[in-house]
Amino acid sequence: MDLRAPEPRGGPAVTRGRILIDDVVKIYDPEGAAVMAVDHCSLDIAAGEICMIVGPSGCGKTTLLNAIAGFHDITSGTILLDGEVLCSKDKPKAEPGPDRIVVFQNGALFPWKTNLDNVVFGPVMQGKLGRREAVDKGRAMMADAGLAGVELNYPGEVSSGMRRRVEIVRALMNDPKVLLLDEPYRALDSLTKSVMHEALLEIYYRNKVTIFFITHDLEEAIFLGHKVAIMTTRPCKPKKVLTVDIPHPRDYGVLTSKRFRELIEETNDAVHEEALKAFQAGEKEG
Amino acid sequence: MPDALAQPRGPTDRAQPEEMSRLGLTMYRLSLWLQSPRPYLMVVGFALFLGFWYLAVEVWRLPRFKEMPGITTVIKEWLSPNPTYGLSFHTAEYYQHIGMSIWRVAQAFFLATVLGVPFGLFLGWSRKFKEYVFPVFELLRPIPILAWVPLAIVMFIATESAIVFLAFLASFFATALNTMLGVESLDESYTRAASCLGAGKWQVFRHVILPGALPFIFTGLQISIGVSWFSLVAAEMVSGQYGLGYVINTSYMMVRYPTIVIGMITLGFVGYATSALVRIAGDYLMEWRVRELALAER
Amino acid sequence: MAASRLNRILTSSVFWRGVASIVVFLVLWELGARSKQWMAPEFFDPFKSLLGAMGFKKDYLPWIGVVPAPSAVLASWTEVLTSAGYWTSWYKSFFRVMGGFIAAMIVGIPFGLALAVSRTAYGTFFPTFEVLRPIPPLAWVPASIIFWPTQELSITFVTFLGAFYTIVINVLGGARSIDQRYFQAAQSMGSSRWDIFRRVILPGTLPSIVIGSAVGMGITWEVVVAAEMISGGGSQAAGTGGGLGFFIWNSYVGGSYEQIVVGMISIGIAGYFSSELLRTLGKYATPWLKVR
Repeated sequence: MDLRAPEPRGGPAVTRGRILIDDVVKIYDPEGAAVMAVDHCSLDIAAGEICMIVGPSGCGKTTLLNAIAGFHDITSGTILLDGEVLCSKDKPKAEPGPDRIVVFQNGALFPWKTNLDNVVFGPVMQGKLGRREAVDKGRAMMADAGLAGVELNYPGEVSSGMRRRVEIVRALMNDPKVLLLDEPYRALDSLTKSVMHEALLEIYYRNKVTIFFITHDLEEAIFLGHKVAIMTTRPCKPKKVLTVDIPHPRDYGVLTSKRFRELIEETNDAVHEEALKAFQAGEKEG
Repeated sequence: MPDALAQPRGPTDRAQPEEMSRLGLTMYRLSLWLQSPRPYLMVVGFALFLGFWYLAVEVWRLPRFKEMPGITTVIKEWLSPNPTYGLSFHTAEYYQHIGMSIWRVAQAFFLATVLGVPFGLFLGWSRKFKEYVFPVFELLRPIPILAWVPLAIVMFIATESAIVFLAFLASFFATALNTMLGVESLDESYTRAASCLGAGKWQVFRHVILPGALPFIFTGLQISIGVSWFSLVAAEMVSGQYGLGYVINTSYMMVRYPTIVIGMITLGFVGYATSALVRIAGDYLMEWRVRELALAER
Repeated sequence: MAASRLNRILTSSVFWRGVASIVVFLVLWELGARSKQWMAPEFFDPFKSLLGAMGFKKDYLPWIGVVPAPSAVLASWTEVLTSAGYWTSWYKSFFRVMGGFIAAMIVGIPFGLALAVSRTAYGTFFPTFEVLRPIPPLAWVPASIIFWPTQELSITFVTFLGAFYTIVINVLGGARSIDQRYFQAAQSMGSSRWDIFRRVILPGTLPSIVIGSAVGMGITWEVVVAAEMISGGGSQAAGTGGGLGFFIWNSYVGGSYEQIVVGMISIGIAGYFSSELLRTLGKYATPWLKVR
């Protein structure tokens, strides 16, 4: 199985944001219950690539994401970002930082700040931009993402689809190397979802970042990703890694294309098998 | 489906709440209220209560009720320019007592907030601090405030300080506890997102924890002011020389029954007003929440 | 099983930190209470003048200096444990608390549920309830004494009021926050109104009833102590009153400060245990909440 991904197409090559997950193990409560969440997982994500992680609920994929982001520690193995060690056995926990920004499952826009204030939060807090410039840049990016007009509303006042987009813009304002998305569209209805997919791709084409996207939806994964890693149930490790050779830029027409259907056929069995195992094991939502 | 639990239905052809100013929002909610049967049912409820009071005491003269001061007696006394028992809307003394009680509560509440909120924030934020300090806090908290009365009298030379101390103590526990709970119940995604975005510890505190815990803090403050009044009245009844609690107690001792009721009603009103003030302050500081709730009411 | 749990508690640093802080607290208290003694030598004179200048008494630390020391309190407590009067106080207070509390549950829960279920009832009675609520229960003491024939009943009534408000508010809040979908599920399965009440509203409100009771219990203790002090303490008639509040007041009047603190701690313990008892009972009543 060749874990190296081909160059992402549809734009100039990206040189930063390469993630190397090397033989990572995560055991919760080693002296007590000793639950293994991640079992010798290795994955190579090229710079600027969209890597989709598919797996049943509770299998440990969020643990991986949290390890990269710096919210959890790992028991052994190494995670490298552009050659630098994020975390390893000697340094089990990475530092959260603006080079790897997370977009959370239930949304983490600050409800007490306006959308614009949310968006400019990163650069202003880090002191990278003055308030004025940050606001200008923020407005521009929001307009690009189709969010013009809701800058001064509070997140609680706009639709959940819009909130997702604001959160993504908030992340991208910081020019991160990696975007970590933890089932961001899980709570959306499928009509909104398909529109959000196209919106995400459009944002991606404009700002090349590496995207690490967790989902349980195989179609979503194949539609968006360059690479799809199908994980086993807990403890998780890649069961099958697929390279999606449908060219970028993609649009929703891809969903009915022959190649798309073929890829689903190839991977459906693997996903279904793991889903069945998880169901029988009675996994709770992770 | 039970009526009260069904979602309220509002008019749909008006301007959307998110486009309104603060004042507009208040007027909108007021207009919704006036159009429902609620204000009229409310009047019926009051009429039933007051009517019963009147009938039971003065007309039917029911067994235990006939000793009580009747509603007409109370109202006559309250409004009279020359009251039999010395307290009415026209006497200066009345306002002196009210002012005294309010002043005491204000001091107690202010101190409790200024000390309690940072204390609670710290308890919620720093696990180490909580481990060291919370056990002692929880040891002292179950002791009813009134049980502190004799000790307070012994500790504080001036009775005034003792009374304020008692009101303060009750308020402090409520505020600190609720603040701590507010910080602890904040979704950790918010703090995680903030650290992803490069915010330092103090920035996280100022921009995430503080505003995030604010709704809880204000609920705590409303509870706290209620508790403050509770303790104050008790303390005033036991010792002290002015104030509404004192009025109620001495009126009873001197068999001035209508004045008792005047005192009680005044207390209720003032207590409600102060609580409403706190709530309004909260609404003002947390516009985002008001809007969120207004949207949910549609 | 239990042994290993105990073992885990004993070896956790959290536990020992808590113990350490309580010990430090007691030590500081002891030192402060004895300030008259260790502040006696001339070494402390400038400090004492400073205290005097600030308006405090010069010979001991302000506030803490007059409080009896933990050691003295402990001594007093061991004495008191053997006196019958102490235990009668416990049981008298306890009965008043239970009386008022149970009455509050019996009246409050149905009242709260009625308000939650019927919009008309809510519109009519809730405003009056809300208007009466800010009047502190203790303000009702004189009115209560006038109205009720015995002192016991008047104290119980005031206790009842204290818990009543809390329970109603909690029941209301709980009933309103029941997820709409439970109603819809029940209706789609053909339940009658009564069925829905019995099987959806009642169990759905149970957690809030439990919380309301635990909080109400705490308030009940506050009110009982206060009521005992006010009515028992106000009248000097021997044999009336009784209860822990009266015990404290009596100790104060009798000049035994150590006993005051003994009384305070006793009530604290009593209040804490009753709330815990309620919480445990509540857990049995709502086993579905154990998950997570």
